[in-house]
Amino acid sequence: MDRVAVIGASMTKFGQRDVWIRELLSQAAEECLDDADVAPDEIEHLYVSNMASGEFEGQGGVPNLLAHDVGAIPAYTERIDQTSSSGGAGVYAAWRSIASGASEMTLLVGGEKMTHKTTAEATDIIASITHPAEYKHGLTLPSFAGMTARRYLHKYDAPRESLAKVAVKNHKNGVDNPNAQFRKEIDVETALDSPIIADPLRLYDFCPITDGSAALLFCPESVAEEYADEYAVISGIGGATDTHVVHERDDPTVMNGVVDSGEQAYEMAGLSPEDIEVAELHDMFTILEFLQMEGLGFADQGEAWKEMDEGTTERDGDLPINTSGGLKSKGHPLGASGVAQAVEIYEQMIGEAGPRQVDADVGLTCNVGGFGNCVITAIMEAAE
Amino acid sequence: MSEHDDAPPMEAQRYEDGSISYPTHPRSLGGAEAVETIDLSEHTAEVITWTESTATPPGVREPNTIAIVEFEIDGESVRAVGQVADNAEVEIGDEVEPVYAEELRDPEVGIKEPESQEWDGYRFEPTQ
Repeated sequence: MDRVAVIGASMTKFGQRDVWIRELLSQAAEECLDDADVAPDEIEHLYVSNMASGEFEGQGGVPNLLAHDVGAIPAYTERIDQTSSSGGAGVYAAWRSIASGASEMTLLVGGEKMTHKTTAEATDIIASITHPAEYKHGLTLPSFAGMTARRYLHKYDAPRESLAKVAVKNHKNGVDNPNAQFRKEIDVETALDSPIIADPLRLYDFCPITDGSAALLFCPESVAEEYADEYAVISGIGGATDTHVVHERDDPTVMNGVVDSGEQAYEMAGLSPEDIEVAELHDMFTILEFLQMEGLGFADQGEAWKEMDEGTTERDGDLPINTSGGLKSKGHPLGASGVAQAVEIYEQMIGEAGPRQVDADVGLTCNVGGFGNCVITAIMEAAE
Repeated sequence: MSEHDDAPPMEAQRYEDGSISYPTHPRSLGGAEAVETIDLSEHTAEVITWTESTATPPGVREPNTIAIVEFEIDGESVRAVGQVADNAEVEIGDEVEPVYAEELRDPEVGIKEPESQEWDGYRFEPTQ
């Protein structure tokens, strides 16, 4: 089978932006097309990963809007909403469009405009994905994280500092990402002294609310060399869903969607966790980095926290995780995040990650929707 | 264990495969059909984990202490999540009992249509 290649990528500045979703999407799309030197009329499929442009600013129909703005009419368009994993689901949709032969040039753009809402309003929009039995109690994604972190620390006798070290590492990485929302190092004490948000988790255990967009361009590997000297291929990808009601899972410290999607991706790629050399994980909350490391086989169950002391996941460690700064410092514009994760791994694969560059030919992304409700895992490799 | 005489049951669902869920679903996780409902409000439960949330959405009390608790019903465990009554202090392993509340959050100020779902339910109160 002709493999699916990624031949172009872009990411806009993440943070508080003075533009709305329309311009965010257009900016990433145009920069991505420029990056690959592909004309808009070559686009056959156009996917937009976006969770809630209607709820955030009252703008629907964003794929159609974008297709017209960038000159991609009459490309097939589709909006991909899978909550926080909309970006990863977009990567999966784009991959399917090429792998199936339905398209020979697919543009994926992920974006979200959020910062004009108050924190409470944005939290409520995101919490609307919960089951009614959860929503009526005021459950939020941060509160799920707080309960899971408490259970994890209790069950595995992990020190609270280990979570703070995730934030410290990812903030450090974000300093070298010019598009990151926060480019500021922090120390463990700062993280541990920050205000409580969902006990035992504090402000620095959470990603910010963010505006931003990112894009990727896909085509069959057989035509990739026409457009790019350096490109990457998606060698494995999988997606899975867990219970809608979070407390119905057998073990609150295991995200089955991570495990299942990871197994699918490894099997398709013919690889194992030991083969992964760099990874972008969905650190919307610090505890999620541990849960994904364990679910993806990078650490034994309940032992991911020990890797923080070993330095394994630092940029110069054996398995660098979140070289982009992660959602934690880079920011989390919902629909863009999964795309931006893949942008980082793409740049790592083609050797264009600048000061963040690590020595890696195989990378992995894990994009988590809800609180592990839906997960996409993808493996990208540098083309030979 | 409600002081409200007219409190509705805290309805869990038992399925053909013996599993129980709260809230109720048409089928179990394994796909088995529903066979009967069980009122959890007559039982006590154990706190599995909890958090005190300080960044709450519109219409939600602040702070909002929430717990996941586990009931043991005829040898089958079933978990539930909910607010802790009066934001009482709880710890993992504590015993709690359900107490009925007519309105858990203000339905008029959140993103959801007030008529789209119920807003009453059971909080958990420490028994000690």
